[in-house]
Amino acid sequence: MKHYEVEIRDAKTREKLCFLDKVEPQATISEIKTLFTKTHPQWYPARQSLRLDPKGKSLKDEDVLQKLPVGTTATLYFRDLGAQISWVTVFLTEYAGPLFIYLLFYFRVPFIYGRKYDFTSSRHTVVHLACMCHSFHYIKRLLETLFVHRFSHGTMPLRNIFKNCTYYWGFAAWMAYYINHPLYTPPTYGVQQVKLALAIFVICQLGNFSIHMALRDLRPAGSKTRKIPYPTKNPFTWLFLLVSCPNYTYEVGSWIGFAIMTQCVPVALFSLVGFTQMTIWAKGKHRSYLKEFRDYPPLRMPIIPFLL
Amino acid sequence: MASSEEDGTNGASEASDEKEATGKRRRLGFLATAWLTFYNIAMTAGWLVLAIAMVRFYMEKGTHRGLYKSIQKTLKFFQTFALLEVVHCLIGIVPTSVLVTGVQVSSRIFMVWLITHSIKPIQNEESVVLFLVSWTVTEITRYSFYTFSLLDHLPHFIKWARYNFFIILYPVGVAGELLTIYAALPYVKKSGMFSVRLPNKYNVSFDYYYFLLITMASYIPLFPQLYFHMLRQRRKVLHGEVIVEKDD
Repeated sequence: MKHYEVEIRDAKTREKLCFLDKVEPQATISEIKTLFTKTHPQWYPARQSLRLDPKGKSLKDEDVLQKLPVGTTATLYFRDLGAQISWVTVFLTEYAGPLFIYLLFYFRVPFIYGRKYDFTSSRHTVVHLACMCHSFHYIKRLLETLFVHRFSHGTMPLRNIFKNCTYYWGFAAWMAYYINHPLYTPPTYGVQQVKLALAIFVICQLGNFSIHMALRDLRPAGSKTRKIPYPTKNPFTWLFLLVSCPNYTYEVGSWIGFAIMTQCVPVALFSLVGFTQMTIWAKGKHRSYLKEFRDYPPLRMPIIPFLL
Repeated sequence: MASSEEDGTNGASEASDEKEATGKRRRLGFLATAWLTFYNIAMTAGWLVLAIAMVRFYMEKGTHRGLYKSIQKTLKFFQTFALLEVVHCLIGIVPTSVLVTGVQVSSRIFMVWLITHSIKPIQNEESVVLFLVSWTVTEITRYSFYTFSLLDHLPHFIKWARYNFFIILYPVGVAGELLTIYAALPYVKKSGMFSVRLPNKYNVSFDYYYFLLITMASYIPLFPQLYFHMLRQRRKVLHGEVIVEKDD
């Protein structure tokens, strides 16, 4: 069996960083990354991007050396992706924050509203309901992160955790401040409005969860396979007939429900910002599906049936 | 940041700056080129008119008091018209980032309409003249730079001015803006203008006074970033230095 030689150079300076000889032809990029870490321990595999061309796309961990367009002496270019943090860690942190922060406002912890309101309780039913909904939403997210989601990537850049937490925690505090304020005004159309909003919220939470489960079942544990999602027996998944990312559709729906329930502008703004971001993600995902699968259902839109 | 020196932090616009300067450009349709040429000539003329009006006022009256009032219509017209630049980026006839242009134009609109127009007592502050002068010189340089680039006849002096004037003008402009906002604070606090209080049926509140404080604070991280970016662009365009940019 002929062994390969692998030379790793810095993508920016072209400087030779590492030379590996006697590499198996069936070695994967992942194994090469591990070997590279031995000589440069500060660059653990998750922060390595190896490519065939300094300006080219990153090679995948599963790629096999033998199958790459290289001779028996391969030159790979290395780019440092920066400090990495696991997706699970980021999700847990960014979701635990809002759960906890909202409760601080709900219980009217001192130094927020003025001494005479410390530890008092709102006299509006909708305020208690809102707390339950908000808390349920984030508990659901935490549990899904731990038990449902199957992540394609292990890590993301470290700076993302600061960006993401500022967004989630900041908005949670801003919303919670008004909803739990002693001067909070309940919705204009009273109980009817709250009931309708609650129905929308619950339906969308169930829908979002159904989609997460359906997506999980598409992918075997430990694998990174991608398949076209299709509707299952669960009626909530029938939205797959019309959109590529119904999980985002339901998520927007939940927050619209919550905004109607609380009749609070910061909630509406949070929904709008979230919708904008999820639309960008949905369009990207939709484009990936179209590129990868020739037979992708043509009726589907990224996030809003027929429209967007 | 109200200075309009920023031309986008993405590679495409940095390259386009260089391309503009050397006369090479992405293929623009005839209509787009004609419109942009007209737009840049018109804006150059507008800010020139403003500059002349300001100089004449000072020569005739010998004071800056009343200067803002005398030029405010022209200022508002041409500065507001600059909103079109965001559209230019959106439709792709200008290769700058929509976000960067949006931020710049918004900060100018903010100063003109939400500060000097709305808070009349501060219109005679010296700081107003400070940023008006900075903006005027900057815009005349910038728009004439674009005009000449579009016509493929860029005089070296204009290119030099564009990449050197900002070194002084940018901090001067920022100083003028910050001092003006600071002078406006007591009037904003007293009048409670643009503010919404609780309780109200939309369960939101907004305090313009604190908003202004936060705006002033935001200059601290934003100004150095933009300033150093312009310095880097300057080195690249004027001295052809190869800068290894920090990759994201």
